[in-house]
Amino acid sequence: MSKPNPQDRFYSKDHEWIKDDGGGTAFIGITDHAQELLTDIVFVELPPIGKKVAAGGTLAVVESVKSVSDVYAPVGCEVIEVNTELENAPELINADAFGTGWIAKVRPDDAAQIKALMSSADYDSLIREEKQ
Amino acid sequence: MKLIFEKSRPGRRAADLPASDVPPVDLNDAIGEKYLRGDLEMPEVAEIDLVRHFTNLSRRNFGVDLGFYPLGSCTMKYNPKVNEDAAALPGFAGLHPAASESFAQGNLELMFSMQRLLSHIFGMAEFTLQPAAGAHGELTGVMMIKKYFESRGEKRGIILIPDTAHGTNPASGALCGFETVTLRSNAEGGVDLEHLESLMSANVAALMLTNPNTLGLFERGIEKVAALVHGKGGLLYGDGANANAFLGKVRPGDLGFDIIQLNLHKTFSTPHGGGGPGSGPVGVCAKLADYLPVPRIAKKGEVYSWSDNYPQSIGRVRSFYGNFAVVVKAYAYIRSLGAEGLRRATEMAVLNANYIKEKLKPHFDLPYDRVCMHECVFSGSRQAAQNGVHTTDIAKRLIDFGFHPPTVYFPLIVEQAMMIEPTETESKETLDAFCDAMIAIALEASQNPQLVKDAPFSTPVARLDEVLAARRPDVTWKKQ
Amino acid sequence: MDYCPHTQEDSEQMQAVIGVKSIDELFDDIPQKYRIKNIPGVPPPLSEHETMELLKSIAARNSMPSMTLTGAGAYAHFIPSVVGHITGRAEFYTAYTPYQAEISQGILQATYEYQTMIAHLTGTEVANASMYDGASAMAEAAILAAKISGRSRILVARSVHPQYRQVLSTYLWANGFTLSEIPYTAQGRIDETELEKALDDSVAAVILQSPNFFGCIEDIRPTALAAHDRGAMLIAGFGDATSMGILEPAGACGADFVVGEGQSFGNPLYYGGPYLGIFAAREKYLRRIPGRIVGATVDKNGKRGFVLTLQTREQHIRREKATSNICSNEALCALAACVYLTALGKNLRELAKLNIYKTQYLKSRLLELPGWNRVFSAPVYNEFALAYPDAKAANARLEEAGMIGAYDLGRDYPELENTLLFCATELISKQDMDRAVEALR
Repeated sequence: MSKPNPQDRFYSKDHEWIKDDGGGTAFIGITDHAQELLTDIVFVELPPIGKKVAAGGTLAVVESVKSVSDVYAPVGCEVIEVNTELENAPELINADAFGTGWIAKVRPDDAAQIKALMSSADYDSLIREEKQ
Repeated sequence: MKLIFEKSRPGRRAADLPASDVPPVDLNDAIGEKYLRGDLEMPEVAEIDLVRHFTNLSRRNFGVDLGFYPLGSCTMKYNPKVNEDAAALPGFAGLHPAASESFAQGNLELMFSMQRLLSHIFGMAEFTLQPAAGAHGELTGVMMIKKYFESRGEKRGIILIPDTAHGTNPASGALCGFETVTLRSNAEGGVDLEHLESLMSANVAALMLTNPNTLGLFERGIEKVAALVHGKGGLLYGDGANANAFLGKVRPGDLGFDIIQLNLHKTFSTPHGGGGPGSGPVGVCAKLADYLPVPRIAKKGEVYSWSDNYPQSIGRVRSFYGNFAVVVKAYAYIRSLGAEGLRRATEMAVLNANYIKEKLKPHFDLPYDRVCMHECVFSGSRQAAQNGVHTTDIAKRLIDFGFHPPTVYFPLIVEQAMMIEPTETESKETLDAFCDAMIAIALEASQNPQLVKDAPFSTPVARLDEVLAARRPDVTWKKQ
Repeated sequence: MDYCPHTQEDSEQMQAVIGVKSIDELFDDIPQKYRIKNIPGVPPPLSEHETMELLKSIAARNSMPSMTLTGAGAYAHFIPSVVGHITGRAEFYTAYTPYQAEISQGILQATYEYQTMIAHLTGTEVANASMYDGASAMAEAAILAAKISGRSRILVARSVHPQYRQVLSTYLWANGFTLSEIPYTAQGRIDETELEKALDDSVAAVILQSPNFFGCIEDIRPTALAAHDRGAMLIAGFGDATSMGILEPAGACGADFVVGEGQSFGNPLYYGGPYLGIFAAREKYLRRIPGRIVGATVDKNGKRGFVLTLQTREQHIRREKATSNICSNEALCALAACVYLTALGKNLRELAKLNIYKTQYLKSRLLELPGWNRVFSAPVYNEFALAYPDAKAANARLEEAGMIGAYDLGRDYPELENTLLFCATELISKQDMDRAVEALR
């Protein structure tokens, strides 16, 4: 069973989360449900600082032993920081996808867009549907 | 087992060198000190250490000479020994590739004859033997597709690839700048003709089709497929990975294929050596012959020579002439089997695959239940759902029964796929023993699933931690 | 002779299990009008004895030279007996790719040992399990450099093997990248001034080869610096791989990728193949390089073992986004190299010295003859170019004496008409060389 989806952030249909930290920036990661599907994560290709990504564009790449998945930017944004801990410990995503397993800190082009994404309740039902 | 480096003792040597019969020179003068290397860390072992090390390593390896190897899509048939002796003849093994043609008439004749034989077997106008492996042949074929349309001034940017295709197909397409679009399979495991029709346009350069496909099924709609592709000016590319299914039964050229790449190490029995060498000849229809890689062999009277004079050619894809020794082995194989033998090989390969399919059908899910060609694809879904035993567990358990596992988790459209290709060189007793093992494992899965999940038990190492290997790559040994 | 064990009875029993009356029924999916009953043009079967006689008769139509004075990308070296005996072990020889690690520890460990030796010899940190040959290894490195850098131009020294440049040209065209050539100097080395002029921010990589096609040893460091200064990578090839026994490795001189032909390490000439593409790189590119890679890990009991690793780079997982489409490689040739290098051990340096001594001897003897002149001034390993007013006639004299003569550089370099590239390895005795010199006198 995956961990509950925190209510303090928003979600994309591609299983990313984004959390507005209030200072004009936001953290992005993948959900616990996503890491479960991916199984053991072995490598994360992080974006360069300063990279501008359009909404739905590829922000990072997450690899398991037998699969590769793109992590998409839920909103248009610029990368201002990446979680360098993942370079040596990609397993942080498996252990704590909503916390220490965050992927990038970004400056959204338009912070209001975040609220247009799915709430945790919406995302809960999306996962339920997928499982059926 | 220790690494060869861990067995090293300073001062030991396994191969000696002759004393110099010419005067030595001062290397600082002849080469220059700044260009000389300092350290040279090579293992230092005696010849007996070397032989025992590698012989013991070999005992930790499984080859087709040791047992049944039903690795789907890889055609692991027996590799006749006479072919090895033929390739090792000094005339073949010892000649330098830059030797002038006057030294190499035998080699050129053999390659020329091989091209002709392949043309006859596959119904293609011309062949090149230059590509070093199947995927290399694919790349060569797609390059020719690109060149063909370029020379006609046509801009076509798409290659269609069925969802059952090998990963090499989309990779080859992308390496030539094409966008690859996935073509769906229909309920009976063939090409979804309606989907093909909707995707075909003047922007589609080619359809890359494996026939029989990776489900081991012959494309029943092949005439329609060819008509749809050709109707829009596209080319039909044949991935010949599964050519063992139709030798002497049908010729791809007759079915409308414009290009086909082969794998001599599959269809024509050359040993694969633990991953290679292979050889990937490419055959084309007449209108594509000008685009073949250079150099090509020309025959004038009884004299053979190399020619670069094909201005439309894509150019070279490899140094020299390809994996010549592999071609010699495959040539010997084709000549010893002859037309009759090739046809019988295909018949027996197809008989064996259908026999396994029938015997295992009650015990494993068979997603496409129809007559198969040279291989059959089962699903381990039943075992996964009922017992939590996955295909990988079944594969590992088979090792304990003395068999090499089938190809697993491919094709991608079959869940928990197990792709079994017995080949024609296996006896009924072997097939029965394999089926008995599979049935025993199915029973174990329901009665003692943990046993299957913990397998194998008979190998020098247990299941290995692939996650660790990929997270913290250790790809070279470092001195402690 | 076919190799199908079924008796008529076996076949009938199996048909009964399947529920067909004839084997032909199994082929009913093939449209009837395309079915064939025979393969016209393919002769009838041969017995094993007849097969061998046929192949012997074809091989006999080759003329075997008494010695070979050509290198040019393929080198005649002594191969210790252990190499063939080990690579001929059926457990290695008749295996497919090591997809099932538990029953493939032999080839996996040997490949790990091979990777270790190659990384050390090339002065890099990592190497893959092999590519098809030196030329395709170089082409794949160029494409990778373009993809990593997001740049589209590749510069290649004209002193790189002409066939490698042709393969580069084919691959780069297909991928939509461009290739420009940098001329060589009177030394026989890459022209640094011309390189500087050609280098700009669109260049993904500079490619040179050392020893280069003329046998000359390039000065790699300044070229690496020049490339790196403009944000381009340096791809270094090599001529005869045994030169790595004595020359400073390209990796130590700043190369990002070291690629080339490993045939010299224990693989016969075989008229051009199978050979061994060596691909080595800096560690930072490990997750991007093409081809199979073996990694060490542990089993569930903590015991060391080896697996194919970092497979997400490869076509069977990444499909159209894969680094390369390579699948089969040259594993057995890499095994031969591993056994060869183990057999030689530190004697690889002595072997390289022997090649240099022989080469210097042959060169000095030829220069004693009237009409023969040196062409380039840079130091050489085991190949060197000499000019002679009628190179074709000179080679014809060597051929008449039963030797494969020197490589005619005029074939690939119009400006080097009447220039011959000689090669002398440890296999050629002083007596042989004296004989060649006499034939040319």
